[in-house]
Amino acid sequence: MTLDPIRPNPDELLSHIQKEEQEKNRGRLKIFLGYAAGVGKTFAMLEAAHQRKEQGVDLVVGYIETHGRVETERLLSELEILPRKTIEYRGVNLTEIDVDALQTRRPQLALVDELAHTNAPGSRHLKRYQDVEDLLAAGIDIYTTLNIQHLESLNDVIAQITGVKVRETIPDSVIDEASEIELVDLPPEELLVRLKEGKVYIPDQAARAIEKFFRAGNLTALRELTLRRAAERVDDQMLAYMQTRAIPGPWPAAERLLVCVSPSPLSERLVRKARRLADELKAEWTAVYVEASAHAHLSPDQRDRVARTLLLAEELGGKTISLSGESIARAVTDYARRHNFTKIIVGKTFQPRWMEWLRGSVVDQLVRYSGNIDVYIVSSEGKPPTLGETLARQVNTPLQRYLWAILLVALMTSLNTLFHTRISPTNLVMTYLLTVVIAAVFLGRGPAVLASILSVLVFDFFFVPPYLTFAVSDTEYFLTFLGLFGVGLIISQLTARLRDQVEMTKRRADDTTALYGLSRDLAAAAGMDGILGAITQNVSQTFDREVVIFQPDDVAQGRLKPYSYNPNFNPDENENAVAVWTFQRGQSAGRGTDTLSAAEARYLPLKTARGVVGVLGVKPKDVSKHLSPEQARLLEAFASQAALAIERVQLADQARQAQLLQATEKLQTALLNSISHDLRTPLVSVTGVLSSLQESGDSMDEETRKNLLETAGEEADRLNRLVGNLLNMTRIEAGAMRVSRELCDVQDVIGTALEQVSNRLVERQVKIEIPEDLPLVPMDFVLIEQVLVNLLDNAVKYSTSQQLIEVKARTSRESLEINIMDRGVGIPPEDLEKVFDKFYRVQRPESVSGTGLGLAICKGIVEAHRGSIRAENRTGGGTTMTVTLPLIMAEADEANRITEKGFA
Amino acid sequence: MSDSGAMILVVDDERPIRRYLRAALVSQGYQVSEAVNGKEALNAAVSAQPDIIILDLGLPDLDGVEVTRQLREWSKTPIIILSVRENEGDKIAALDAGADDYLTKPFATGELLARLRVALRHIAEPASESVFQVDSLRIDFARRQVTLQSEELSLTPIEYKLLAILVQNAGKVLTHRQLLRQVWGISYETETHLLRVNISNLRRKIESDPTRPHYILTEPGVGYRLHIFPG
Repeated sequence: MTLDPIRPNPDELLSHIQKEEQEKNRGRLKIFLGYAAGVGKTFAMLEAAHQRKEQGVDLVVGYIETHGRVETERLLSELEILPRKTIEYRGVNLTEIDVDALQTRRPQLALVDELAHTNAPGSRHLKRYQDVEDLLAAGIDIYTTLNIQHLESLNDVIAQITGVKVRETIPDSVIDEASEIELVDLPPEELLVRLKEGKVYIPDQAARAIEKFFRAGNLTALRELTLRRAAERVDDQMLAYMQTRAIPGPWPAAERLLVCVSPSPLSERLVRKARRLADELKAEWTAVYVEASAHAHLSPDQRDRVARTLLLAEELGGKTISLSGESIARAVTDYARRHNFTKIIVGKTFQPRWMEWLRGSVVDQLVRYSGNIDVYIVSSEGKPPTLGETLARQVNTPLQRYLWAILLVALMTSLNTLFHTRISPTNLVMTYLLTVVIAAVFLGRGPAVLASILSVLVFDFFFVPPYLTFAVSDTEYFLTFLGLFGVGLIISQLTARLRDQVEMTKRRADDTTALYGLSRDLAAAAGMDGILGAITQNVSQTFDREVVIFQPDDVAQGRLKPYSYNPNFNPDENENAVAVWTFQRGQSAGRGTDTLSAAEARYLPLKTARGVVGVLGVKPKDVSKHLSPEQARLLEAFASQAALAIERVQLADQARQAQLLQATEKLQTALLNSISHDLRTPLVSVTGVLSSLQESGDSMDEETRKNLLETAGEEADRLNRLVGNLLNMTRIEAGAMRVSRELCDVQDVIGTALEQVSNRLVERQVKIEIPEDLPLVPMDFVLIEQVLVNLLDNAVKYSTSQQLIEVKARTSRESLEINIMDRGVGIPPEDLEKVFDKFYRVQRPESVSGTGLGLAICKGIVEAHRGSIRAENRTGGGTTMTVTLPLIMAEADEANRITEKGFA
Repeated sequence: MSDSGAMILVVDDERPIRRYLRAALVSQGYQVSEAVNGKEALNAAVSAQPDIIILDLGLPDLDGVEVTRQLREWSKTPIIILSVRENEGDKIAALDAGADDYLTKPFATGELLARLRVALRHIAEPASESVFQVDSLRIDFARRQVTLQSEELSLTPIEYKLLAILVQNAGKVLTHRQLLRQVWGISYETETHLLRVNISNLRRKIESDPTRPHYILTEPGVGYRLHIFPG
């Protein structure tokens, strides 16, 4: 049975190739991975480094922590160590890798210990692994060490195992993209022995935690985790290998995971779980957050948490999306269905039963609406929040509003006391209802509830007999109380929700309007300047910040050119450097980001599919203000619009140039064809005549032979003239036509020209009118003669032998004018100027010989004399060509010598 | 008069041109020897003892002007140079260095033969005659008289001198510089306008149609030549 040839998936192949391309210039990262401190990673790294050194590799130590271990120090002493950078922080001197020095030194290989380390504030990047990224991008190979608990995706699992939560984590992408991982393994029993012997480094503060950590059970579990992770990686590599070589394998079904993010702290765990599940299933995954009406009520902490969870999802390699909608479950399931997600992951939130009953559980709704999409419900650790906590979460409106609510009730009460004698209580109740509604609309849910309660109490106290007590004489009033309270509550809920929605919608509308404003301005803007102006203005107004846009000046040098809107924002060298970094790496940097956060402004790369086209910098006018996560997102939306607009202008320019090039090429092809034809045609006659004379010359009669030879001679002449014309044209075009002006006798020039064309003027009548007293005129004899020859040639060509050709010359005070006139076919009025274009004849291919260069050459020569040439039609038919040359020469060499003729 | 037997040295690096020249010259009764480059030319000038040298300017080893200069150090053999049309500068340089005449490629055989005849005549009859006649123009050097169709013309001294020099070199081209030097003097070498004005005046006096001159021909960019008719 023959198998169909398996072709590798083109997308995967492409991503492999792209990866390989990128990797060619990148340094290679080798990670020495261990499951706990003390297994000997640094030692192993140093040993490997020594081996490389013996092979002749240029090796430098960036940062190694020996912790006082003798063997490690011994290995270290033989290597070149780059001095560390000292950063002072709160009175303490901290040392970090000197990344700049390392980049300048550019060794082949650098050793950097502890990849997950967090840098001291004031360093270039927040984390050491980001520094390592920079070094790799500079083409330096790196050896580094890492403990398994620093991996982001395993962070919570490890916390579960060991009970110790590790704070310094690195994204899994760093591991995934490492070229090599070497497992440094040590049986747990041996590790414990080393611990007892004091050979394992333990930071003092964590001594007790470490004791808990270093238990046999924990160590074994960690070891297994590490081994499994390393195995997964090998698996991946094997898969990649198989894919590129089109080896058929158990390709997994294309699963797509959707994980729901909420403000709850459980979400982080969910996201990590999603990543692990996605890894196992080899699936793509996306994190989704639904902005329901409750979103407006979130505390800044909660909002921050949501943003961070989404960021974490991106770091772990997933995509993120924010949706808005009333019902979370509906929004999620709709999205999942539309985008073909196969599994939804959601966390089991613990709500008190009564709230679940009241508001319904999102999870239940999800399950109900999910149709045939799998729903994975992940439970959390920890206990359900107490009522107090829940309420506290809901209620965060400022105290002021409650006071207002009380005030309102008081106001209404005082009003009512004025009228209560005349109005029955049942109607008075309405006023309190009104109060509650007002409170709900203007003050929010909490104050409205308070107003409800207060209203009931006050109503009971003041307006229900017996007055001024809380007792009730008529039990019917209980119904009133209930009604008032109930309605009040419901109304406050509804109006509050409505208010929230309106606010949210308004905010969205504002964002959309801002974006629309930008789009509109961009669409209207013309040219790069207009675009940049539109961007700076819109960004500056929307975010109330000062804006600068950088464009690449000299890409090889990595220099950027700023285009600024606000004169106050003058980026200095440091800011420039940050902008350059942003441009080169295509990542945001500066204030409020992870990288170079000490900068004055935040820099965003303007990225399109083709690459980074510029950098957008925003600096707050008020230094204390920071961008909220929503603002940051909006800014990014602005940035991508800006990038697209800039790209559009660039592409339009390119398209224009390409079009121009195409048109030029087309014209050139047409011209070359025409010239080729014109050059070869005379040769046809010459070759023809010569060959027929060869063949049958003897049998020809004298007359025929004479005629043939005459023809050949004429054609050869014609070819000679043509070649001359082409050469002249080339010279004019190349600017190589040198005009050497001397005072010349016009009569002489005309006479010589006539002599040149004498054989073509043989049967023609030529009338010459030149006044006797023409002064000498400065010109290049040979060139002007050429002009006249061409003009006479044309006159002959375009008229018949019966028609008269006239040559006239005269001078005015400032110029010499020569006219050559014929009574021939004339020139169509619309072509009178075009006639001097190169190859004019190309558009009018009539059966007239010549390439159409003659007049163009005349124009070139005459204009090189700073003169002019024009064609006019004559009344009665025919053409007049007029050449005008200035009498005064621009240069002062011979100008003032002669102005009169006739002296000796 | 028969020029048969005259030895002509043809110097050109292009074989087809040498072939054509040999054929054209031999058919007129001349003897031909060839050289392909400057060095060979200089040697051949000694060994072959030519009566006229036809020298291409575009030689591979030595510049044609240089060859002319070296030849003129010891030889008075007439040199006719062949050059491409646009190169006025080279032509003038060669003529000033001592070449006698020039032909612009491509040229007609008739032109070539005419130039050769002029050159040979100047060898045979160095201008020592006291009377010169061409067509209707007659110059009597002894009596300093110029007549056109038996009518005496009144020429200024400069005009006379100019015409005289043209006549003495009848048929050969004279560069602007040569004319200025010989008529006015060495310090007037660059005053081309003087020459032009005088040529213009001269023409008006001796030509029936000054715009279509019969006697004094303009060599554009190079100089002037007194036209003598084949005969």
